[in-house]
Amino acid sequence: MTLDMVPKNGLARVVAVESDDAHNLRLMEMGLVPGAAIRMVKTAPLGDPIQVCVRNYDLALRRAEAKSIVVSLDEEWSSSQPA
Amino acid sequence: MNAVLESCHTPEAPSGVHPAKQFTIVVAGNPNAGKTSLFNALTGLRQKVANYPGVTVESKTGEWSLEGRLRPACLIDLPGLYSLNPTSLDEQIARDVLLGRHPELADPDVTIVVVDATNLVRNLYLATQLIEEARPLVIALTMFDLVARSGLKINIRKLSAELGVPVVPVVAKQRVGLDELARAVLKVSGDHCAATFQDEVHEDPDPANRQSSLIRRYAMIERVVSETVDVRNDGRTKISERIDRVVTHRIFGPVILLLVMLFVFQAIFSWASLPMTLIDSVFAGLGDLARTYLPSSIFTDLLADGIIAGVGGVLAFLPQILLLFLFISLLEDSGYMARAAFLMDRLMRAAGLHGKAFVPLLSSFACAVPGIMATRTIEHPKDRITTIMIAPFMSCSARLPIYTLVIAALFSGKTVLGFISLGAVIILAMYLFGILTAILVALLMKRTVLKAPPTPFVMELPPYRLPDPRNVAHALLSRCSIFLRKAGTVILAMSILFWALAAFPRAENPHTGSPSEAASHQVQNSFAGRAGRLIEPVIAPLGFDWKIGVGLISSFAARETIISTLNIVYSVGDDSENKSSLVEAMRSARRPDGSRVWTPLTGLSLILFFLLACQCMSTVAIVRRETNSWRWPLFMVSYMLVLAYVVSLITYQGGHLLGFA
Repeated sequence: MTLDMVPKNGLARVVAVESDDAHNLRLMEMGLVPGAAIRMVKTAPLGDPIQVCVRNYDLALRRAEAKSIVVSLDEEWSSSQPA
Repeated sequence: MNAVLESCHTPEAPSGVHPAKQFTIVVAGNPNAGKTSLFNALTGLRQKVANYPGVTVESKTGEWSLEGRLRPACLIDLPGLYSLNPTSLDEQIARDVLLGRHPELADPDVTIVVVDATNLVRNLYLATQLIEEARPLVIALTMFDLVARSGLKINIRKLSAELGVPVVPVVAKQRVGLDELARAVLKVSGDHCAATFQDEVHEDPDPANRQSSLIRRYAMIERVVSETVDVRNDGRTKISERIDRVVTHRIFGPVILLLVMLFVFQAIFSWASLPMTLIDSVFAGLGDLARTYLPSSIFTDLLADGIIAGVGGVLAFLPQILLLFLFISLLEDSGYMARAAFLMDRLMRAAGLHGKAFVPLLSSFACAVPGIMATRTIEHPKDRITTIMIAPFMSCSARLPIYTLVIAALFSGKTVLGFISLGAVIILAMYLFGILTAILVALLMKRTVLKAPPTPFVMELPPYRLPDPRNVAHALLSRCSIFLRKAGTVILAMSILFWALAAFPRAENPHTGSPSEAASHQVQNSFAGRAGRLIEPVIAPLGFDWKIGVGLISSFAARETIISTLNIVYSVGDDSENKSSLVEAMRSARRPDGSRVWTPLTGLSLILFFLLACQCMSTVAIVRRETNSWRWPLFMVSYMLVLAYVVSLITYQGGHLLGFA
């Protein structure tokens, strides 16, 4: 599944980031690298963009961009994330 | 414009002595990492804002007195960047300066990398990239006061050893750690740091392998952070997230945004009017004083009507700019601005714009000048220019006098559905038509002149923070000084030019009638009056005669000027308050064939022209300053003029075809 499909408050881990264009590289540079833990915080009132918590900070991105991030749902997200 | 090229300290060395190159320190870091707070704390008021040559990116330089050095160091505050692989012009310039590749700027002596202690992993991404460049470098660990509160414990000495560079914890607001930072900067200067983790990251120069080196870098940072930071998470939800539960709530979020914007709008629309009226009357009084006490001559006229009125016109903008930027700095520094963009992005995207365009556009309903200055929060240049280009379509307060004049003269007492005043409907229609035009123009521009691949909306939502009053004061000061220096001078020059157009050539045989008739005679024979007659064939299809033409020409200085010009050409005395006699003069004005000049159709055509044409030299001047070229302001004036002409033409001619008079 991709990042835009994670339910509210759902925990997930990045599996891969599709294609290598500049925008996706930027998402990776912002910390969305394979293995990174993500929590879906919420969706904006008009349905887009979405807010996720990654590496202990909040990031807003559009659903279209979230589609290029492949994730797997992670039920046992440890709370001991590094800051 | 090229102030950035000069060193911050103007050398006052006696001629013949070549001043040594100034010690230069750059401050770099992620956006929202506390870079500007640190810069302000280090430089105080000794800072200058300019543009990098040829681009819209703003450069801030300041002076920092380091102990044991004779001359203060030159401190450069770079635009925020997330990595050395730029995705925007801001980031590209920051990278070029950092790596000593900027063609006009010398290699920096020391780099201070600002790292947010509460967001270590992501901030260290840029920091470790810079450490590998092997330049003298110090890490300033900001937000250190929040570390304990976030349940973190950072082993500074270990972190410094792992990274191979000095790490200095600072709290800019309380000036904690600034002396230690100065010592660390002096100590590393001339040194080259040696990254000990280079093998671990193994940066691959081949762009195809960038992903894998990126992953290795994050793995290395995670290792370093896990060895140096102790996390004691008490399981509490972060305060910011709890605030967000209300502020970006599905229902409360938009309601709060509406209330916030209503408050801001109210402030710039009505609270600013008090000091503005004060400035207006002070300068009107000064003009009268000059006319009373100086001998009647062309120079007195120049002083009173050109220079004093021009300076007053420039200063009258300051209350609006101050108020709007007070709110913008508060919204920005508190973290709310990012939430507003988050809430509005979907809506703004319909017009091909970024969520951050919402606040500048809304502010433009009061006045486009501060609104255009506020587009600075939009990072992507093409998004920013599109927003600037459509901002003047937001019907600003300067249009209201002409709307109300036309309504008073032609539509007063009429109602729609028996109880709604037609005037109110017309004003509302003007606002809505302006918004609609703005959306259509934005969509068109994004497909043509400003064509660009869709900009991603990837935006950090920084934690809520209490704004530092000193940072807010700095932002206000710098905005006002930029407006006065860069736009104010252009506005003053143009107001003198427009004065001259109406004052020259002097009427040869002075009119013997009343002063108002003499003034009317002067204007009708001036360059502006002649131009009004000259353009009459062009504007006749819009329903305008040459007297309206004179008004149109004078209103290119500022829209509201048309009222005082009409007062003069209709000889009702140069008194803007005297609206009823102007209304009478308009109603009784006849064309040579005896028909009325001012029909409802003429009125509608005229207010549409005023809605769509860029008749505001202050807007032109601020666009010139904000885009750093004459290309965009000239383009803006021309396309808006063409659009206004076409819409007025269709309205007037179409109305005639439909049988309206």
